Amino acid sequence: MATLSPSSFTKNFNSSIDFPITSFQTFAIFGPKLKTEQTHFRLSTSFKTGSPLELKAMKEPPGLTQKLDKNRLDRLAESENGCDLFEDLKHRFLRFKKHKFEENLGHFQNLAEGQAPKFMIIACADSRVCPSVILGFQPGEAFMVRNVANLVPPFESGPSETNAALEFAVNSLKVENILVIGHSRCGGIRALMSMQDEVDSSFIRSWVIVGKNARLNTKSAASHLGFDQQCRHCEKESVDHSLLNLLTYPWIEQKVAKGELSVHGGYYDFVDCTFEKWTLDYKGSNFGKNSRLPVKNRFYWC
Amino acid sequence: MGSLEEAIEGLKKFLSDKDDAAVAKIKKLITGLQERDPNEFDPVKRILEGFQHFKINKFDKHPKLYDKLAEGQWPKFLVFACSDSRVCPSHILDFQPGEAFMVRNIANMVPAFDKLKYSGVGAAIEYAVSVLEVQNILVIGHSRCGGIKRLMTHPEDNSAPFDFIDEWVKIGLPAKVKVQAEFGDLPLEDQCKHCEKQSVKLSLCNLETYPYVQMGLANKKLRLMGGYYDFVHGKFELLEFEPHFHHLFST
Repeated sequence: MATLSPSSFTKNFNSSIDFPITSFQTFAIFGPKLKTEQTHFRLSTSFKTGSPLELKAMKEPPGLTQKLDKNRLDRLAESENGCDLFEDLKHRFLRFKKHKFEENLGHFQNLAEGQAPKFMIIACADSRVCPSVILGFQPGEAFMVRNVANLVPPFESGPSETNAALEFAVNSLKVENILVIGHSRCGGIRALMSMQDEVDSSFIRSWVIVGKNARLNTKSAASHLGFDQQCRHCEKESVDHSLLNLLTYPWIEQKVAKGELSVHGGYYDFVDCTFEKWTLDYKGSNFGKNSRLPVKNRFYWC
Repeated sequence: MGSLEEAIEGLKKFLSDKDDAAVAKIKKLITGLQERDPNEFDPVKRILEGFQHFKINKFDKHPKLYDKLAEGQWPKFLVFACSDSRVCPSHILDFQPGEAFMVRNIANMVPAFDKLKYSGVGAAIEYAVSVLEVQNILVIGHSRCGGIKRLMTHPEDNSAPFDFIDEWVKIGLPAKVKVQAEFGDLPLEDQCKHCEKQSVKLSLCNLETYPYVQMGLANKKLRLMGGYYDFVHGKFELLEFEPHFHHLFST
């Protein structure tokens, strides 16, 4: 089997990135002997701290470890592909370092001291819609949350990763704009629209149910349309509902009312490459829970 | 030419071949841009410029790629990264559209399997591993992480609680305990750095509590990696994580 010897790889790597030797303790695809020592080292470490993790190892039957040894050897045979992947990531980082980081060193040194982004973005985790790419946000510009179907749960649903990020962005970083971006052909929205009433134990269902009001509105407003068109309608409806859910957070509503924070919706259609953007038109007394979302400054770019 | 003028010139190019309604809208937009104070930050302008740049320089230049992506996505990576504005993996690892299904949250945390408390993260993992069949999961930590600092300093510093942030960063408590036990004599900044890395390792362990991840690892279809981006020194570390089973005894 073709494998690089660990020492030659270490030397090569260290010359291009300062990579302390201790990081290699888990870089286990090079050389079976090194791997065994590393495994032993890691296990004894975890025993010392008494973390619950090592209990899992003790429960595994001996037969499984025999299988794992074979797996380890098989993986070593495939290690060339693994090399390519790591090499690729390494080169990507070095390109970023050379063309962006070092060419704007002063800017990155300032950023290292602190961030002051003007935007908080809530976007889908979909690989095709990263806001840094489609809207060109550079390092330091946008605090970003990405989840399935770019959903914002309401205040009353309790703590979640999305509202933890909202709390940090609004109350600590004091961002001036929140932009929720939906997109075309969203798998999460499709899952929401496809849900049947019977019990479904999937995580996806447990999460996308946050968008249930958008689904209800879509079913009543767009039931005459084909399923794909209904999904498209729901993708936009869901953004509006997320904007409404943002206002259920008292510290967000206060800032919006004072004009310190603007809340925007966006929709990226990657089929036609168009972008729609609208802004919540907040006039406190006119804001009813069941009323249509009042918006202003609606733009459509194509 | 300033970026405001570039945006206006870019819009003018669209005037020639569009219908009357679109022309009217574009003219209104141009007027709006021309009336703006160039020194005042304008979020609308910022988004428009960014989108234009993407459309002209990327989307229109690679029609085959974007036609294919319109039909579906086949990312090889599921990435967990922090929401911090300075650490987007699309920049530091140059992920292009279609390459990485990306979750971003405070302190790039992956909690252990819990369908009630952590359905958001669970949904992303389930979708990426079971539906998209990604081959790699990469968790990227970073320097000077505000979430990790909060974990390390609260509640010992007697600061006022943040209801949602504190509940979220508690996921990293095992990492905090381990770091305080091993490095408790170091200054806070160094302890935080250790915790940033330990939290990545904890997240990788937590990934193993998801059944579809376990299956993927057992079938050798999935590999787990941890990364650490140090934006103070411009460095990146990468580790491969393997489930550590070890034969302890036979009877």
